[in-house]
Amino acid sequence: MSRWFPWLQAAPLALVLATFLLLPIALIVVVSFYDYDSFSLIPDFVLTNYQEVFASPVTWQTYLKTLWFAGLTWLVTFALGFWLAYYLAFVVQDATWRTVLFILCTVPFWTSNLIRMIAWVPFLGRNGIMNNTLMGAGLIEQPLEFLLFSDFSVILAFVHLYTLFMVVPIFNTMMRIDRRLLEAARDAGAGFWQTLWCVILPLCKPGIGIGSIFVVVLVMGDFATVRLMSGGQSASVGLMISNQIGLMQYPAAAANAVVLLAMVLLLVAAMLRAIDIRKEL
Amino acid sequence: MRPDVELIGVTKRYGHGPAAVDGISLSIPAASYCCLLGPSGCGKTSTLRMIAGHETVSEGDILLSGRNVTLLPPAARGTAMMFQSYALFPHLTALENIAFGLRMRGVGKAERLAQAAGFLKLVQLEKMADRLPAQLSGGQQQRVALARALITRPKVLLLDEPLSALDPFLRTQMREELKRLQRELGITFIHVTHGQEEAMALSDIAVVMDHGRIAQAAHPREIFEKPASAFVARFIGGHNVLDLPGGRFAVRTDRTRLTPVPEGGASDGASLAGQVTTVEYQGAAVRVVVRAGDGQTAEALLPDGLFHAAPVAPGEAATLGWAAQDAHPLSQTA
Repeated sequence: MSRWFPWLQAAPLALVLATFLLLPIALIVVVSFYDYDSFSLIPDFVLTNYQEVFASPVTWQTYLKTLWFAGLTWLVTFALGFWLAYYLAFVVQDATWRTVLFILCTVPFWTSNLIRMIAWVPFLGRNGIMNNTLMGAGLIEQPLEFLLFSDFSVILAFVHLYTLFMVVPIFNTMMRIDRRLLEAARDAGAGFWQTLWCVILPLCKPGIGIGSIFVVVLVMGDFATVRLMSGGQSASVGLMISNQIGLMQYPAAAANAVVLLAMVLLLVAAMLRAIDIRKEL
Repeated sequence: MRPDVELIGVTKRYGHGPAAVDGISLSIPAASYCCLLGPSGCGKTSTLRMIAGHETVSEGDILLSGRNVTLLPPAARGTAMMFQSYALFPHLTALENIAFGLRMRGVGKAERLAQAAGFLKLVQLEKMADRLPAQLSGGQQQRVALARALITRPKVLLLDEPLSALDPFLRTQMREELKRLQRELGITFIHVTHGQEEAMALSDIAVVMDHGRIAQAAHPREIFEKPASAFVARFIGGHNVLDLPGGRFAVRTDRTRLTPVPEGGASDGASLAGQVTTVEYQGAAVRVVVRAGDGQTAEALLPDGLFHAAPVAPGEAATLGWAAQDAHPLSQTA
């Protein structure tokens, strides 16, 4: 009896994961080999769906664009997140203040994703607050077109959404760094940047790894942000899949989903290889 | 000899409370082993950290080799510090930890690792070069920390309770090693400790601190033989502090003997009559505690032979006596 007890304890979660995660994924893999016409799915084993994914230059561009979004968002959220975490962990000394500022970081999550994104429109639009202010101040003659419905606005929305996912894990690793290590570094003659590069950064690696996984995985799978913030002018793999589902092209969507999943898993594997996050778990 | 380290009216205040270090002045001769000694909260660690440059000085000046370093950053002072819990970088190997100071000074990789290997040898850890701190024992971590502090060739090495985390056997061994290193390198060591035994064994100059002030700074022999105050006598141990008819005196417990009860109960001031409360066997010696009629307690540390020749038991009446010249007068106030 007691031998089975751990298995029994793990069973509910295993069951939920199997039913609602593994089974659907298996289903997607199966469907990705189906054939289809305008009206129905045709159970079959064909490779045409994958051939379309890899043969079409548009698909390639979409994948590259998605990677580009992920890469740029990662870069900006890392740069912002690291310094925010640094400020919270090392500059703010008072615990109450630290908590208050930390809660402030979560403000973007106090409303729904959709409302948050729609709120950018009157701010960034051609006749929006930003352009009107800049023109009113005489800084620009023409409204800045790139502010809304562009790659800029997509990245902006991503950064707005996901910086917190970078801040939290990095902050956690930073709080665990023994403050005497910083003193020891200073004692050995390290300046600010040397301490940062040789002591803080290496010790934050697990947090950076976890934050990076969050951000990259979330951006790679996104479709709503890209659609709304690019005004339909940019595409991401997620958006492409969503469109294919809208056109009832389930097998094509499934093939794309499988390729995207494989790509994300490879990215995560690469990050895990570069950074050992086990210390954080 | 020109002093290596000089403190002039150094004060440290945290917030508005009483000063943690209260206007202390001290000069430590070159190439000497100095121990800062005192109960916790006496300001010894603050003093060390101010010398290291990890704590700002509220008032006063710190001079190293005649140079005022009060406002200089740690690395510009020519000091190096060994931290209490070693503060080794957990992501670097023993060798890289030791080479850290050179790396910060821009020494090339091959050069700094070669030098670090030399220092690793100095602390007898050649075989542990590639281990991470977590893979080293406490004593080994300590040696790495020591080598890391020494590699920048400081003129003054500052040690914050370096032996407190070690077990008693290792502590004695490490103590010898510290002293040997200090002699061989010919630099000044300033060592913070709350153990008087450690301070006695190591110091050329021991500084007993109390409430942010220096209670006495001298060679340990002078401190032990002529404690400046009742506080020093009690803290350094091995003394009875007694209020006798002639004033307050410190009498060493090892110079105190059990004497026959004087005829007629007359006391010449060099004895204390009372009842034995404790007899403690310590191997080479036996500790006998006597409580006098007026509530004072005193103890005698008797060589075992002497005790066993005329043993006493708790509850028996006994008189402690000492030679008049062994009673060291103390000021009444302290």
